[in-house]
Amino acid sequence: MLNGLDDALRLEMFRRMLRIRRFEEMVAELVGSGEMLGAAHLAIGQEAAIVGACVALRTDDYMVGTHRSHGHPLGKGADPKPLMAELLGRRSGINKGKGGSMHLADFKVGSLGETSIVGSGFPIAVGGALSAQMRGTDQVALAFFGEGANNEGTFHESMNLASIWKLPVVFYCENNGYAQTTSFKSSSAIGNVADRAAAYSMPGQVVDGQDVVACWAAVTTAVQRARAGEGPSLIEAKTYRYREHSEGRTAPYRSAEEIQAWQERDPIHLFRAGLITEGLASRTLDQIEADVEAEIEASVEFARSSPYPNPDEAFTDLFATPIAARKPR
Amino acid sequence: MSAPTKTKTLMYLHAFIEAMKEEMRRDERVFLMGEDVQSPLFYGPTGTFVEDFGEKRVRNTPISEAAFVGAAVGAAMTGMRPVVDITLACFLYVAMDQIISQAAKSRFMFGGQVSIPLVLRATMFYRSAIAAQHSDRPYPMFMGIPGLKIVAPSTPYDVKGLFKSAVRDDDVVLLFEDVTLHSLRGEVPVDDFLVPIGLADVKRRGSDVTVVAISGSVPHALAAAETLAGEGISVEVIDPRTLAPLDVPTILDSVGKTGHLVVADPAHRICSVASEISAIVAEEAFDSLRAPIVRVTTPQTHIPFSQALEKGMYPDATSIAAAVRSVVQRRV
Repeated sequence: MLNGLDDALRLEMFRRMLRIRRFEEMVAELVGSGEMLGAAHLAIGQEAAIVGACVALRTDDYMVGTHRSHGHPLGKGADPKPLMAELLGRRSGINKGKGGSMHLADFKVGSLGETSIVGSGFPIAVGGALSAQMRGTDQVALAFFGEGANNEGTFHESMNLASIWKLPVVFYCENNGYAQTTSFKSSSAIGNVADRAAAYSMPGQVVDGQDVVACWAAVTTAVQRARAGEGPSLIEAKTYRYREHSEGRTAPYRSAEEIQAWQERDPIHLFRAGLITEGLASRTLDQIEADVEAEIEASVEFARSSPYPNPDEAFTDLFATPIAARKPR
Repeated sequence: MSAPTKTKTLMYLHAFIEAMKEEMRRDERVFLMGEDVQSPLFYGPTGTFVEDFGEKRVRNTPISEAAFVGAAVGAAMTGMRPVVDITLACFLYVAMDQIISQAAKSRFMFGGQVSIPLVLRATMFYRSAIAAQHSDRPYPMFMGIPGLKIVAPSTPYDVKGLFKSAVRDDDVVLLFEDVTLHSLRGEVPVDDFLVPIGLADVKRRGSDVTVVAISGSVPHALAAAETLAGEGISVEVIDPRTLAPLDVPTILDSVGKTGHLVVADPAHRICSVASEISAIVAEEAFDSLRAPIVRVTTPQTHIPFSQALEKGMYPDATSIAAAVRSVVQRRV
């Protein structure tokens, strides 16, 4: 058994993967029925890659997310209620209804924001790591990104900056094969995103993104290196999204066979089967499934029973210290 | 304004440097980051930041504007108070996504979960024969972005006091320094003082015409006012000092008194600060106006290299005085 990977942690991994799956299935349903508005980018199929990384971090470690980031706060332990309320535009939402699906950040679990401009989170993660280094803490910052971000300038600038300053950053790619409809193969002049690490003098590693333990182990190693002051790492989890780029938009760009082949290695099914093989009772896992179902139902109830924000709340939270007009007119 | 007793004469650039050093001494969370900030290349011989505070707090960056501006946002979110010297204002464009989509929007978009105490310093080198890509005065385009505070001081006193306020503010503040002012000397208090963000200053009292002057056009407006006083025209010169949020009441009070408005702004004409102030006054003080508002700005073309072409592009005492005379003549 890998160091630290006890039954409690494995069951927690299972619980969080399921929580993400059920949460996002609920989002798909609510978007489909028209109750939930706006863009929704689901990561169903990528839960092992998300949870493996998140559970290798401490709550006070930082992370930045992407437009496909419902799973990142959930993976790091956020309460689903304020997240669901946010997606339904309620005042009790984590961002008071101002951020929505593409900015679903919960700072209580270490988020420094989820950002819908591809590649824009890298510098923020570098800044969190710089701050940790300057304040003398051993916190680490992990930047989640999709493979589509590996051709953004900020990726390269941030990898270089983190490397020259030996910052505690983990650059963590969920390579799901497609940036909207554009394949990784057709858009990147390398075989693996992890190959980019060599250009910035840091370790690069490819892991099976459908294997939560493999992802956890890789990130754990990178986090140890970062905490020891040895600098950043790049990890690429090979994974797949089952659904379209965003809910409600379909276009032909991949084969049914390809989707099916990935679904045969579903990360939750694989992990569950593994846990049972290793002797964990299926009853325990069934109970977790039931608990998670109830939790997601409760999150929707919480959201539906919460009021919408008042129109004047569109003008709050712009500033920590708003400056009023000098005197009344 | 408090009235400190003891003052000394300082150059504008030195007032900024002194303010930065004082704030770094006062608060160890404050640090300086940017291209060549460890060098006296742009600061001159008093810019001894790295000698005074060490390389950890005075960080030379690679030429990666998006990365270091964004890193400053991340550091500001997590307990530090960064000052980023972007040097030339035109380099802000390279980091535009980080400034707009991250720095300006994060606090709002995340429902106030986080604050971003960050100062971005941008210097505007124009009248310098450095052509279109180095000569911009881009503050107006940032005024259209909610979530940013913007200051553009015109005196050594104001740059020191406003910069110190900016560093102590818990929001993102852009400081635009007009390099045509860098060698300007003025009296600055010896003791610690602040100029509040959001407060205009009446630089000269007058009764016939209000001239609101922005940034580097302030000394030109004051020179014009002096000339016009000899012609019997009394000009009130207002420097907003803060561009976002604008101190509208001070401007309206003055226009209410004079009934005439000229706005001098070194920015390009379209959607300039002059345009915004003109619109506000037209909407809110139309009844006070006794003549049309006149804007004195840089015309809507790029800054050319040749001195024969660049000379005369910007508001100066002659063009401001001519505008004032024209509104007085058009009085109804």
